Amino acid sequence: MSYMITMRVNGVEHTAHVEARLLLSHLIRDVLDLTGTHIGCDTSSCGACTVLVNGQAVKSCTMFAVQANGADITTVEGLAKDGKYHPVQQAFWDQHGLQCGFCTPGMIITTVALLKKSPKPTEAEIRAGLRGNLCRCTGYHNIVKAVQAAAEARRSS
Amino acid sequence: MVTAQFEYLAPATVAEAARLLSRYKGEAKIVAGGQSLIPLMKLRLAEPKYLIDVSNIKELSGIKEERGGLAIGAATTYDAIGASAVVRKYFPLLAEAAGQVADLQVRNKGTIGGSLAHADPAGDFPAVILALGAELEASSSRATRKISIERFNVDLLTTSLRPSEVLKTVRIPFLAARTGTAYYKFENKASHYAVVGVAAIVTVNASGVCTAARVAVTGAGPKAVRAKRTERILVGKALTASQISTAAKRAGAEIGDFNGDIHASPEYRAHLTVVAAERAITRALGRAK
Repeated sequence: MSYMITMRVNGVEHTAHVEARLLLSHLIRDVLDLTGTHIGCDTSSCGACTVLVNGQAVKSCTMFAVQANGADITTVEGLAKDGKYHPVQQAFWDQHGLQCGFCTPGMIITTVALLKKSPKPTEAEIRAGLRGNLCRCTGYHNIVKAVQAAAEARRSS
Repeated sequence: MVTAQFEYLAPATVAEAARLLSRYKGEAKIVAGGQSLIPLMKLRLAEPKYLIDVSNIKELSGIKEERGGLAIGAATTYDAIGASAVVRKYFPLLAEAAGQVADLQVRNKGTIGGSLAHADPAGDFPAVILALGAELEASSSRATRKISIERFNVDLLTTSLRPSEVLKTVRIPFLAARTGTAYYKFENKASHYAVVGVAAIVTVNASGVCTAARVAVTGAGPKAVRAKRTERILVGKALTASQISTAAKRAGAEIGDFNGDIHASPEYRAHLTVVAAERAITRALGRAK
């Protein structure tokens, strides 16, 4: 059985005919060809597939595409505006908040959601806020610095 | 990973969801946040033919103050519970525990009713809601009934909810004056599930004597249980650290078989139960003002 779904992704309306079992992560990557959203563990643990659904960070591997019918979705491709990085992306660049980069799209999306909730997070709040996002390279130090820098930039902008 | 094929249904009301459940008896599963069920479906440990999504049913989510307590819709997310002013005012225990569930992304989707109905032995809310003495309301296409949380947790991943019933509301009675609460857990560092978690509710009188105590343990055994022996030792005393320690030593008495897995042996879980109980009770007492 096929389901017709419509959703807005990074400001663009998309309509697709999907099987009920198609995961949102697969819709984003394989149907919409937005491969910035990564699938790491595929078991709801690593957070690499995090996207914003109606402004809330969710793991797109743990949601069916049909459940996002009518939703407004933002992936990492939707953050930069007019060729300029989003402040969180810029902060990850400036602070070198990555090594291999695989976890970075999820880290950035979760950080965007985290800073919306708590604009002045303490280091402990940053680490707690990012605990659903695993990084196997950095040991998290520069990621935490990047979030702090992004929070600072957000306040001064 | 790809789940087995299923048909997706998104009813707009509880009555419609209940009708669908009875029509597809035994072949349908309710999904709300999906944070436990979808991973199981991806591993093909669950293969429902019909998935009934209740996450958009308005009457199922939200927090209402009623006479005698709060009514929390079963599809209310952890995030909404943790952020609710009325929850923070009357039940800081719920907000404290909600903030410790999994991670930010899972809390945006996962629901109180999903946690209770799934009955994961390492879930946080089964113990918290048990300690709070909630009453649950469930509806089938024929009737609505109330179920005491005391009779809800049956066994590993098993509750007394019938296959035809939709869990609707979690009603939590207000706490007495001079009651303190706390949830203390030793969490698995990767999944953030409770290796052992203890929820404690302690009420004292004007002279500081403990007049009531409810202590519930999760993660230790197949289901969340009350530590009734510990509770009995606590009541009637102006509690000292050594009396709390003595009471906490009995916190595993009702567990039966302790879980053993790659994360912790049964012996270690038995030890953690005592330590978590002592810390939760101590904190709860400190907050009982």
